[in-house]
Amino acid sequence: MTVPLLEIQDVSAFYGNIQALKGVSLDVNRGEIVTLIGANGAGKSTLMMTVFGSPRARDGEILFEGKPITQLSTHAIARLRIAQSPEGRRIFQRMTVLENLQMGASVDGSAHFEEDLARVTQLFPRLRERLTQRGGTLSGGEQQMLAIARALMSRPKLTLGELNRQGMTIFLVEQNAFHALKLAHRAYVMVNGVITMSGSGRELLARPEIRQAYLEGGRH
Amino acid sequence: MDYFVQQLINGLTLGSIYGLIAIGYTMVYGIIGMVNFAHGDVFMLAAFIALILFLLLMQVLGGLALGLALVIVLLLGMALTSLWGWVIERLAYRPLRGSFRLAPLISAIGMSIFLSNFVQLVQGPRNKTLEPILSNVLVFPVGEGSVTLAEKQLVIMVVTAALLGVLWYVVRYTSLGRAQRACEQDRKMASLLGVDVDRTVSLTFIIGAMLASVAGLLWMMYYGVVSFSDGFVPGVKAFTAAVLGGIGSLPGAVLGGLLIGLIETFWSAYFTIDYKDVAAFSILAIVLIFLPSGLLGRPDVEKV
Repeated sequence: MTVPLLEIQDVSAFYGNIQALKGVSLDVNRGEIVTLIGANGAGKSTLMMTVFGSPRARDGEILFEGKPITQLSTHAIARLRIAQSPEGRRIFQRMTVLENLQMGASVDGSAHFEEDLARVTQLFPRLRERLTQRGGTLSGGEQQMLAIARALMSRPKLTLGELNRQGMTIFLVEQNAFHALKLAHRAYVMVNGVITMSGSGRELLARPEIRQAYLEGGRH
Repeated sequence: MDYFVQQLINGLTLGSIYGLIAIGYTMVYGIIGMVNFAHGDVFMLAAFIALILFLLLMQVLGGLALGLALVIVLLLGMALTSLWGWVIERLAYRPLRGSFRLAPLISAIGMSIFLSNFVQLVQGPRNKTLEPILSNVLVFPVGEGSVTLAEKQLVIMVVTAALLGVLWYVVRYTSLGRAQRACEQDRKMASLLGVDVDRTVSLTFIIGAMLASVAGLLWMMYYGVVSFSDGFVPGVKAFTAAVLGGIGSLPGAVLGGLLIGLIETFWSAYFTIDYKDVAAFSILAIVLIFLPSGLLGRPDVEKV
């Protein structure tokens, strides 16, 4: 069996004295879309950030392509081509669209910049029209496009966040459980910092407890 | 009229030096939100480094190659001062990053005291003087009278303008500049995109120290005298300039520096010299009442 792209082994993480992750294990294979669902505050975003070492895992090990990255600094982890498209978009408001995309490419250097720029502006023609505009002047939807485009500029091997695109490995953290489960090859359910269930997206969609907790009466 | 133009020249000269120092305050504040109170002392240290290097070089080269000596002092001084800037950040500030907000500030005050005492110990408490250099003057007729522009004033303004041009290019168009601006806006996101935040902060301190180093050399050249306590008043003035212009804003720091230089000079020229600092700080207070974020600063509240 091949090594998973990302392996999270029994990881615990803390914010101050509060334990946000309690021995979480999870893995993501190449070319797979894996989703993590759970209520607000269950620890989904924390897990995503722990992959980047912030907060750092206190126990357990995180492996990327079979190599431990638990102790690496955030930027060094990003340079392994793990991209993140965070929930709040977090684009650089006072930099132009082009500069935001250049920031996304800083991992990759300038070798493929023109090519990648052409690729993402083809994907989001709206951004091409706005290359010299400041990020902060874009509409909410355009900022979301920019956040995704910026993540793509680094030619990521693994993308964490609210993304969906074929042919890439994506580790999806989602509040909208219905969408996430439909998209994903595999899914994990997280409750209070613990993984309580896992399986294929289809399987989880069929489970009555999932339907009850996350789908019916919840957000679709 | 000629008197006015003369004061304008003097004010712009002084303001250029303040502006160069102010940039160091404003850049560091922009990127890590900290007032580097030791920056004025880095400037003072730079003036001493410039003086020592200059005297050494004059011994070696003889009185022949003044221009060459100054260029070497400029470059070597920048290198040595930026080394100090780097070490200070490494030792006194970086270990405190992520600690409570006041910690690095207190550490900076400590570093400032350390630097001035260190220089007092190794160089002695007395003023150090330098024979006047570049004191040839150009005389222009203005109105009925005439205005003099000393060579050194010209050098100060030209060097300042050139450095600002280089700095503007670096911040605007290089990957270092982009990384600095990204860190300034969202340090966490910048690191998620692979920016080495610590390195970027280090480089910011180094750039600030380099500019302070040039300011120190120009100060030394202009006034011909420096003392261990010279970090304080020019430092506070430059900090005031940064606040006046809007702390965090590079054009603001330059504008603030020029304004403080002009206010001080014009006040001394038309009123009493004893109150020149009062005038400068009063104008700061008045501006901040009406524009709390300074002339070119961004208001704190941002649209989300």
